[in-house]
Amino acid sequence: MSEGISASFARKYTDGPEIRVEGLRGFAQSGITVLFGASGAGKSTLVRCLAGLERPDEGTIQFGGETWFDSARRLFVRPQERRIGYVPQEYALFPHLSVERNIGYGLREMARAERQGRVKETVSWLGLEGLERRLPRELSGGQQQRVSLARAIVRQPRLLLLDEPLSALDLPTRARLRSQLRQWLIERAIPSVVVTHDRTEALALGDSLAVMDGGRVVQQGSAPEVFGRPTSLAVAGILNVETVQPGRVLAMADGLATVAVGPRKLIAVAPDLPADAGEVYVCIRAEDVILIKGDAAHSSPRNCLPAVVRSLRPEGPMMRIDLDCGFPLAALLTKQACTELALASNDAVMALVKAPQIHLIPRAEV
Amino acid sequence: MTGEEWQLVGFTARMAALSTLLILPFGLGIAWCLAKLRWRGKALVETLVTLPLVLPPVVTGLVLLRVFGRHGPLGYWLHERLGVDIVFTWRGVALALAVMSLPLLVRAARSAFEEVNPAFEQIARTLGAGEWRVFLTVTLPLARRGVMGGTLLAFARALGEFGATILVAGNIPGQTTTVAVATYEYVQLGEDSHAWVLAAVSAAMAFLAVLLSESLLRRKRR
Repeated sequence: MSEGISASFARKYTDGPEIRVEGLRGFAQSGITVLFGASGAGKSTLVRCLAGLERPDEGTIQFGGETWFDSARRLFVRPQERRIGYVPQEYALFPHLSVERNIGYGLREMARAERQGRVKETVSWLGLEGLERRLPRELSGGQQQRVSLARAIVRQPRLLLLDEPLSALDLPTRARLRSQLRQWLIERAIPSVVVTHDRTEALALGDSLAVMDGGRVVQQGSAPEVFGRPTSLAVAGILNVETVQPGRVLAMADGLATVAVGPRKLIAVAPDLPADAGEVYVCIRAEDVILIKGDAAHSSPRNCLPAVVRSLRPEGPMMRIDLDCGFPLAALLTKQACTELALASNDAVMALVKAPQIHLIPRAEV
Repeated sequence: MTGEEWQLVGFTARMAALSTLLILPFGLGIAWCLAKLRWRGKALVETLVTLPLVLPPVVTGLVLLRVFGRHGPLGYWLHERLGVDIVFTWRGVALALAVMSLPLLVRAARSAFEEVNPAFEQIARTLGAGEWRVFLTVTLPLARRGVMGGTLLAFARALGEFGATILVAGNIPGQTTTVAVATYEYVQLGEDSHAWVLAAVSAAMAFLAVLLSESLLRRKRR
């Protein structure tokens, strides 16, 4: 296991934004780190600086015990020497080389037989058999994505950087590849950084999450942590979902999923969820949570959760209420509603959530 | 066609081929530096390389004559150290053709290199390829249409060069006389029928070179 990346640097574009990464430590140490943020937040720049494809104007970048960039010492390790894998947004498969030769491109120093063995193994691992002699233009988007991944992984890099790996695909392919991609990355156990601006993708792929905004990394942590406790309103705005909890699908019937979250069972509308989904992230927006005091026996929402109020905090015109219902749940109410309910800490309430407002994101198992 | 005319055509074609081979590594190197790097003095080199395209060929010839003549800075050194004479020899012909056709190769290759998406070169670097390998396995193959077109154009230009050649290499029958120079001489001597034969040969060679370049480019379309 590596010590991950430590970085502090600035990259200024002429007539453009400034990307400033400060005090990044232990980044992408292991597992899959998702770099999440809106487009223009500086995600790609950060990843390209890590790959050595762009040179920051000042600062330092370190990986494990190595220094990759240090402006004070005029030190810059070229991408050739970083031993990383990089999968760009549009895959950039060499158009004049076959699938096989694309994948084997980075193995030149290897003996021919060994190289062929390694390529073959990677080809069958990613299910690319039969396509070895095709040119990239003869492949579908999903196949190109796999070849690009194979080309980067076959060299056994120390760090894998994927820039919006699924954004060039059509929607059905994207949904299918999302869980596969996570599985593949876990199988190879290479620390990976995945850039995305898609929340579903971020939750489906990542072990941990780093949120970028305005050229800065504003928060890092596990998905439930970051979503449940955003460090600022700006981060909360980017994330736009307050409760993210790991859950397990127990049953599927008529497009309704029964999910265990902590000690609770929730019902969610999930017509597209595969029957064997298993591990999922359960996402609930705070504004979709209804609170009542007293009995909820005759209400329509499928999910009625006895809960205890842990804290109340004003958030703009609204009040944010953090609840404990066997798992942490956030609710967003107007101040007026809070007053009328006379909500206070340690009150017992009922939290109601309609089944269509519980969003499930499948995750490949670790 | 007479034996003398065949000799002229053969000599001219050989010289054009030689000069094209000479400028290929050099011209591709310059083109790559112009397309892919940012450096001080780039505009100057750019201008110098293109100059022979717009300067009267006799002026280019005059400069070469001065530099490579036996009393010129380079010519003197070559003669004293290596015993090699450039002017008024076949080497002078090759030199004149090379300088005159270089701009066409450099310009075509440069824009071909510029059109190669840098993403491919960057990916190659992350896969461990050094700059030389990136050039040979990515940039050059992806720019091959433009490079081949430029090479053939340079060759065709060399076949028809007149002004610089006659100043640098003169008109020594059987040694430095090219088709273009001979055509001029025949006209001067009033031997129009000979001149027309050579004119027809020039036109045919140029036509073939350009046709070949076009068809190659079309076949190689990605």
